[in-house]
Amino acid sequence: MAAPLDTTPAQHGLTDHSHGGPVIPQSSRGERFTSYEVDAFEVPGGREEDWRFTPLKRLRGLHDGSATATGSFAVAVDSGVAGVTVETVGRDDERLGAAGVPADRIAAQAWSSFTEATVVTVAADTRPEGPVHVTVTGPGQGTTAYGHVQVRAERFADAVVVLDYRGAGTVADNVEFVVGESARLSVVTVHDWDADAVHVGAQHSAVGRDATLRHLSVTLGGDLVRVSSTVNYRERGGDAELLGLYFADAGQHLEHRLLVDHSVPNCRSNVLYKGALQGEGAHTVWIGDVLIQAAAEGTETFELNRNLILTDGARADSVPNLEIETGEIEGAGHASATGRFDDEQLFYLQARGIPEDVARRLVVRGFFGEILQKITVPEVRERLEAAIDAELAAVGA
Amino acid sequence: MATLEIKDLHVSVKTDDDAKEILRGVNLTVNSGETHAIMGPNGSGKSTLAYAIAGHPKYEVTSGSVLLDGEELLELEVDERARAGLFLAMQYPVEVPGVSMSNFLRTAATAARGEAPQVRHWVKEVKQAMADLDIDPSFAERSVNEGFSGGEKKRHEILQLDLLKPKFAVLDETDSGLDVDALRVVSEGVNRYTANKDKGVLLITHYTRILKHITPDFVHVFAGGRVVESGGAELATQLEEEGYVRFTGAKESAAV
Ligand SMILES: Nc1ncnc2c1ncn2[C@@H]1O[C@H](COP(=O)(O)OP(=O)(O)OP(=O)(O)O)[C@@H](O)[C@H]1O
Ligand SMILES: [Mg+2]
Repeated sequence: MAAPLDTTPAQHGLTDHSHGGPVIPQSSRGERFTSYEVDAFEVPGGREEDWRFTPLKRLRGLHDGSATATGSFAVAVDSGVAGVTVETVGRDDERLGAAGVPADRIAAQAWSSFTEATVVTVAADTRPEGPVHVTVTGPGQGTTAYGHVQVRAERFADAVVVLDYRGAGTVADNVEFVVGESARLSVVTVHDWDADAVHVGAQHSAVGRDATLRHLSVTLGGDLVRVSSTVNYRERGGDAELLGLYFADAGQHLEHRLLVDHSVPNCRSNVLYKGALQGEGAHTVWIGDVLIQAAAEGTETFELNRNLILTDGARADSVPNLEIETGEIEGAGHASATGRFDDEQLFYLQARGIPEDVARRLVVRGFFGEILQKITVPEVRERLEAAIDAELAAVGA
Repeated sequence: MATLEIKDLHVSVKTDDDAKEILRGVNLTVNSGETHAIMGPNGSGKSTLAYAIAGHPKYEVTSGSVLLDGEELLELEVDERARAGLFLAMQYPVEVPGVSMSNFLRTAATAARGEAPQVRHWVKEVKQAMADLDIDPSFAERSVNEGFSGGEKKRHEILQLDLLKPKFAVLDETDSGLDVDALRVVSEGVNRYTANKDKGVLLITHYTRILKHITPDFVHVFAGGRVVESGGAELATQLEEEGYVRFTGAKESAAV
């Protein structure tokens, strides 16, 4: 257990918060409880650290066992990509669980409720041309589904996977990314659900020796989307870059919870999540837990969350936690800032003849720019730019 | 020929609980081909005049009018005023993170000209304009004004003036924060803009030093939210020697 040095949760509001010192979270994530059994977890009441930001009433029973599966979790994967194998497997497949174990009740519920899982494997030493598309379609309005997906990049594989959630309904799932030795896996997860969908997802990543995981999480559509991502390092030399881009409209609850668990030496992590919010009741939550365990000497980590509030009535919660149990690290830092759309910027651009809608687009695209720039798949970048423009057009901005 | 007419302009600044009147009846007419210097002590309302003409939301016009060729600017949105031919070089240009200067300039030029400039011509035009103002080409890829020094910001305001070629330019303390060389470069930029005698300039300044590079046709003394005296270039010389004391009752120098 590290000594408490500083506690600085950056809550909503116009806070600016940035420093490199060690910070201890309210409760250590180090000995986090995990289990495949639903009943090993209490039904959340809303006060728990894990659940205090989530509107439980809107979970449609995913958290208390009342949401029985009534529909299907439909997974479609591009077929015929050289080097890529797609399998539908039963619950007993031994590979399942390789990247992690559920750490909350809904993840455990999803684990015990799925009937078949999809395993996508990129063969060792291969580099598929173009991204592999995995599309998950919700079960439809008024129905519930549980699912499981595992993406495996074997030794020295190098692949881009786009995991695309769309459609309607209530969904909980576990997704695993198993990145083998020296493999390089880039994943773009897009949550572009219909307006009434509820999705609670748990993503588990296992990064092997000298392996690289690049993950971009995009969250745009859905009534409530809560994604918990955990990164585990299996051996030295692992490198994880976790990017996120979200855009919440009136009434939407978008929650991203990250745990990067540095348990082995000489690994790196870099977290950058940016969100924009607009409209009454738009709510985003970002929890960034980074744990550097005593054994994880030579760790290098940085995490940053920034939120841009475009209108009144929106709220962004942002809580970076950095817990350091060894002094022998390369570097560690975190920052979080939430600010309002700056009317002075708008005035400046308009004073140059730029119409208001174009000016807003420039500023918001500019805000997301450092993430958009890092997207190497042009089709994904273009789709996101178009989505951002559509979000802005929706409020007649 | 174009005309910018400011008539009996009253402006209040919106504060948290009430509004405070800053401009108390400003009258001024600028014709194309003319450069008018507005000089006045700190806090006399010079920037308020500039912002009010441009349409900054913090400033409320309580009465009066601003006409550009007979068209009421006060009824137009900020961007419409700019497209009508008005330009404001700001005393404190705003930083816009994430938006590159080149993207910004191109977007502004597209708005001003009504169509996107042709790429080949545009690139040349921007390069030349930047060279004229001694601006390093690397600035094109930097975010608008972000991390620019005071002088670099002012040069970029004049760069925009050069590229957008508005009918009228209000230059709010463009000279402040400039060293001797920069002052010369920026003044030359303004002089290029007015060279064809078809542009009007309202040059707001606290000090006389820029008037050694840019010769005004008229000089107005601004105090207490209105023009209190007008004259020719000789009025600036007088202000340089006597300061604003005659107009404010307080000693404040106009010389540097
Ligand atoms: N946004 C504002 N909120 C409150 N007061 C303001 C605001 N803007 C201007 N003022 C006040 O209005 C008065 C005029 O300010 P203004 O900036 O127009 O003066 P100025 O002549 O440009 O001064 P300077 O030479 O320092 O640039 C000052 O008393 C200033 O404090
Ligand atoms: Mg001023």
